[in-house]
Amino acid sequence: MNNKISEKIMSGVFFIFALVSVFAVGLICFFLLANGIPGIAKIGAFNFLAGKIWSPTDIPPAFGILPMITGSLYVTAGAILIGVPVGILSAIFLARVCPRHLYKIVKPSVDLLAGIPSVVYGFFGMMTIVPLLGSSILSACVLLGIMILPTIISLTESAVRAVPEQYYEGASALGAGHYRSIFFIVMPAAKSGIFAAVILGIGRAIGETMAVIMVAGNQPRMPVSLFKGVRTLTANIVIEMGYAGDIHREALIASGVVLFAFILMINFIFSYLKRSMP
Amino acid sequence: MILKRNSSERIMALMTWAAAILTIGTLLFLIAFILVKGIPHIKLSLFSLTYNSENVSFMPALISTFIIVFISLAIAVPLGISSAIYLTEYARSGNKIVALIHMTTETLSGIPSIVYGLFGGLFFVAALGWGYSVLAGAFTLVIMILPLIMRSSEEAIKAVPDMYSEGSFGLGAGKLRTIFKIILPSAMPGILAGIILSAGRIVGETAALIYTSGTVAQIPATPMDSARTLAVHMYAISNEGLHSNESYATAVILLVVTILINAVSVRIAKKFGDSNNELF
Repeated sequence: MNNKISEKIMSGVFFIFALVSVFAVGLICFFLLANGIPGIAKIGAFNFLAGKIWSPTDIPPAFGILPMITGSLYVTAGAILIGVPVGILSAIFLARVCPRHLYKIVKPSVDLLAGIPSVVYGFFGMMTIVPLLGSSILSACVLLGIMILPTIISLTESAVRAVPEQYYEGASALGAGHYRSIFFIVMPAAKSGIFAAVILGIGRAIGETMAVIMVAGNQPRMPVSLFKGVRTLTANIVIEMGYAGDIHREALIASGVVLFAFILMINFIFSYLKRSMP
Repeated sequence: MILKRNSSERIMALMTWAAAILTIGTLLFLIAFILVKGIPHIKLSLFSLTYNSENVSFMPALISTFIIVFISLAIAVPLGISSAIYLTEYARSGNKIVALIHMTTETLSGIPSIVYGLFGGLFFVAALGWGYSVLAGAFTLVIMILPLIMRSSEEAIKAVPDMYSEGSFGLGAGKLRTIFKIILPSAMPGILAGIILSAGRIVGETAALIYTSGTVAQIPATPMDSARTLAVHMYAISNEGLHSNESYATAVILLVVTILINAVSVRIAKKFGDSNNELF
């Protein structure tokens, strides 16, 4: 009898604990929107999203986040251009080319690359990339390109491994060489998985904060050149949140909402792609 | 014709190897660069228990890091494992709530840390009135690592062969007893690997903590005090730009701690795989 009661209680406890993550997502959405939307309303959605000037301490202040939105997009696009080709090719190496004894070294190294903290990446970038390229869009692109490698590599590797062996064997039997079979038969078959990897890489790049702050220069202006600095949405929040008050603070939270909206969109595309995978 | 085909094969081989070498080379360069530049600057004064701008000690930050890791895990681990137990052992498959929970954990794992930081600042620091405190930081991190612990626990529990629980039921044990005495112990290595990986995430986290646990360089006397973790400390001193030697030294410590955590997690996960193989 006693046992039955404790069984009942514990199953209820497990259930309630399982709902914590649902509750957390709800709470995050609620608090971001409740604190961000009034700010957008006061500034005006158009002035906020399409305004090219961010000068929160001027009189009158201007709260246009277009420079930061474009900044985030530029930096992300650059990271993808650098990280995706290297990442996909490295994944092919791991899944199809790598000798067994090398795999034991290379695979954990890729995992380690994922485990290194963003501040360490940022510091490394500050000391090695910035002296060469300046605090610039390009520096941020290179550093973020490195940082998204593990995401791209591990997801692409499993996508390539998921392709049935017959694809490769069939291509080989028809006379295609090892690499030709991989590049032209196996890879196209893995394309939705690879696409999902790229999408997740975009999410990582757009959400990265500390490393970008340390190398991108952080000038809140429309991007002028690859060799000049830029500020991303994420950097804007960290840099100014410490001293912002009133409408300035609301504007920063609102830029967090914009970032959150981007991320939700990316998540949505990612889970759609994952579901469409075989 | 044959020549052309060979050369294109060769180009593709070259590209693949070059990319792999670039990836590994970057990692090796990063590690070597930090170690070579940092190790000579590790001095005794860096280990002082109190921080001042003279010694730039990372010790208070290191201790604060352990405290935050401990509090976050103490909350997130029971939550995560219970959720995983519910999802694997209690929920019927095709249940709408299960789909909802999976969707929300997937959403949570995609949210960037700065958004967690923003939320933590709004909710724990401001709305609940905790101020910049270790507790606010830890709770923010709980939400951040929850999906990781849930997923690794869920996978570890799923990997336990059905015949274990069937055997236990057959001997007359109840469901709870089976879960705690049979399923969880067998799944423990996988769960542990996930927990250690989460500890690594916490150690490396910065953006979620700056506006929740704050940036005071001290050993917190109570959970309601502000304190900076090692990663936040690293950001603060390298951003000041005044202590580049100490920054290198701190980067070494941070890197070594992360590599160790990673290695332990991999080792445990591997042991898990081996012990599973032994069974069959």
